[in-house]
Amino acid sequence: MPEAFNLIVATHVSMCDECRARLASFDAVGGALIEDIEEIALGETALEAALARIEGLPQATQRAPLKPAGIFPAPLADYVGGDLSSVRWRKIAGGVKQAILPTGRDATARLLYIPAGVAVPDHGHKGMELTLVLQGAFADENDRFGRGDVEIADEEVEHTPVALAGEDCICLAVTDAPLRFRGIVPRLAQPLFRI
Amino acid sequence: MLRVRDHQDRAAFAALFRHFAPRVKGFLMKSGAGAALAEECAQDVMATLWQKAHLFDPARASVATWVFTIARNKRIDALRKDRRAEPEELDWGPEPEPDQAEAMEAQEETERLGLALAALPEKQRALIERAFYGDLSHSEIAAETGLPLGTIKSRIRLALDKLRQQMT
Repeated sequence: MPEAFNLIVATHVSMCDECRARLASFDAVGGALIEDIEEIALGETALEAALARIEGLPQATQRAPLKPAGIFPAPLADYVGGDLSSVRWRKIAGGVKQAILPTGRDATARLLYIPAGVAVPDHGHKGMELTLVLQGAFADENDRFGRGDVEIADEEVEHTPVALAGEDCICLAVTDAPLRFRGIVPRLAQPLFRI
Repeated sequence: MLRVRDHQDRAAFAALFRHFAPRVKGFLMKSGAGAALAEECAQDVMATLWQKAHLFDPARASVATWVFTIARNKRIDALRKDRRAEPEELDWGPEPEPDQAEAMEAQEETERLGLALAALPEKQRALIERAFYGDLSHSEIAAETGLPLGTIKSRIRLALDKLRQQMT
């Protein structure tokens, strides 16, 4: 899975107890499989090597868990390098801003800032686009999404997301292919903003 | 595992190693690793088990589940060079005494899951194994097995549903 998708999944799981529980149940199936798997013997000196190795390894005694920062769950805070104030936004249009996060190039992760009541230009998708709401809410022709919700859009979805009134909307959006805008102006601007 | 965690007991570690290291190696080789890489990676997994023993909570996961989780992460790390984000660790609060009943339950759950897996029809079991050993996505399994994506998704869902029923 491309790094950017990994980031959005880890961020969503951090916000969603149901998915966290489901993930734990998949690990339990993995545990049952590994208990039952065909064993393959290690080299004769493997145990000695392992014992020698742990001799030099201090056991970590304290948890040093990553901390969430404001609206950013820990995995995302780690990529941003802090909280909302650490984001280096670039203006797109109409008050909409974005910040591209440093991930591998096979997919792109960006933070989107959409002022309350503002629409993102009407667009379709060549590949898969996942959008996770971190603050505020947005709605498109199909549904409404609030904090922690993920919208999954693919080739078949063409939509105009609008940030709902009340609070500016901040999202983490991940795409594995460029978006397809319908209007000519956003299409011209696309290469400039890498969207 | 608790003796490893609470007393840095090397004999207990050796017992865990004898039980799990060959299974981890088997798992990694089923996932496509060569013997040498699988052996090195299995060593890594067992060293991590020692080093991160403080994170083991018997009420949340059986030892086998914990070993699987570490092995899965190591395998993914070995395959890729870029960063990999992990979900937040939940703060479970101070837990001086692990609840014995809960720990037993996590252990028994793994055993019951093993039995339920063994009882699955061969085709469904094979797909679940592919999904776990290969860590393949549904579409990657489709490419490898030649089965239509819809068939794979419904078989995996059916298999997981059956497992769930056996568990309740």
